[in-house]
Amino acid sequence: MSGFQGAGMLLAAKAGPDLPAMKDFLPPQILFQGTPFAINRIILIRIVATIVLLVVMSVTASRAKLIPGRWQSAVEWLLDFVRTNVVYQVMGEERGKRFVPMMTTLFFTIFIFNLCSVIPGANMAATASITMPLVFALWIFAQYWVAACREQGFFKYLRSELAPAGVPPLLLILIAPIQLIEVLLIRPFSLTVRLFANMVAGHLLVATCLAFTQYYLVDAQNALLAGAGVLWFVGGMVFTLFEMFVAALQAYIFTILGSVYISQSYPELG
Amino acid sequence: MDIVTLAEVSGNISVLGYGLAALGPGIGMGILVGKALESTARQPEVSGRLQTMMFIGLGMIELLGLLGFVAFMLA
Repeated sequence: MSGFQGAGMLLAAKAGPDLPAMKDFLPPQILFQGTPFAINRIILIRIVATIVLLVVMSVTASRAKLIPGRWQSAVEWLLDFVRTNVVYQVMGEERGKRFVPMMTTLFFTIFIFNLCSVIPGANMAATASITMPLVFALWIFAQYWVAACREQGFFKYLRSELAPAGVPPLLLILIAPIQLIEVLLIRPFSLTVRLFANMVAGHLLVATCLAFTQYYLVDAQNALLAGAGVLWFVGGMVFTLFEMFVAALQAYIFTILGSVYISQSYPELG
Repeated sequence: MDIVTLAEVSGNISVLGYGLAALGPGIGMGILVGKALESTARQPEVSGRLQTMMFIGLGMIELLGLLGFVAFMLA
C-alpha cells in the first residue's frame, strides 16, 4: 500500500488516468441532431450490428450445404442450442414450437449486441443503454400476456397467478398484490435491469483496467510503474474474455427466463 | 471546545454499500451452485434439467447483486 502511495506522490504533477464514467453511456448525438431520430454512438453500433447479423446469417443460410462446413456447423449448433436447450427444455416441444423463432431472434440479437462491448472500434455494448433491454423485455411481456389470453383467457390467467392453488384465503390478502406486482412490473423490470446493469458494469470494468494500463505504461513514463501497467493490462485482457463469456451468459439467461415466463402463461399440464 | 477531525472519508460511501449488497447474493449463489453440483453428482441423468433450473435461479440471484450496483450508480 505504502509503495503505491509513494508512487502516487512521485506523479503528483500528472493528471490521473482517464477513468470511465456514466457520461460514456450517454454519448453526444452525431446524426440528425434535434429530431426524434437523433443517432448517437450506441444507436449507430446497434444499426451496424443488426446489419452485420442479418447479412452474415442470410449468407450462411443461402450457402447452406448438406455436409456443413466449419462455420455452418457452428451456426447450426447455436440454433439447435436455442431450440433444444432453451425453448424445448422449458416449454416442451409442442408448446415451444411457435416461440422458437422469437427466442432465436432474441438470443442472437442480444448476444451480438453484448459482444459489441469487446469488439475493437465499437467498445460499447449496444445493450448498455436502458432502452434496448427495455424493448426486449416488453416483447417478452407482450408475448406472455398474449399467450395467456389465448390459452386460458385473461381472467382465468389472472386468477391462477394471483391466487395460486392451495394458498389459504387469509393469506391471499398478502399474496395477491405481490403476485400482481410480480406479473405486471417485476418481470419486465428485472429482465431489463439484469441485462443493462451487466453490460454497464462490464464496460466500466474493462475500461477501468485499460485506462490504468494507458496511464501507467504510456502516460506515466516511469520504468518503475511499467510493472503495474503490465498487471493492469493482463487484468484488462482477462476481463475482456470474461465479458465475452458474460455476453453469451446474459443472452442465455434472458431467453431462458423469457421462456419460463411464457410457459407460465399456459395452463398447468394435467 | 474545538472539534478535532481524526479521520476523514473522501469519495462515495455507497461503494461500501455495494460491497454489503453483494454479500447476500454471493452466499445465495454459493448455495445454489453447490446444491446443483450435489444433485448432479447424485443423479447425473437429470443434469440438463438441473442446469436449466440453476440458470433460472442464477438470474434471480444475479438481479439482487445488480440492484445494488444500480443503486450505487444512482447515488
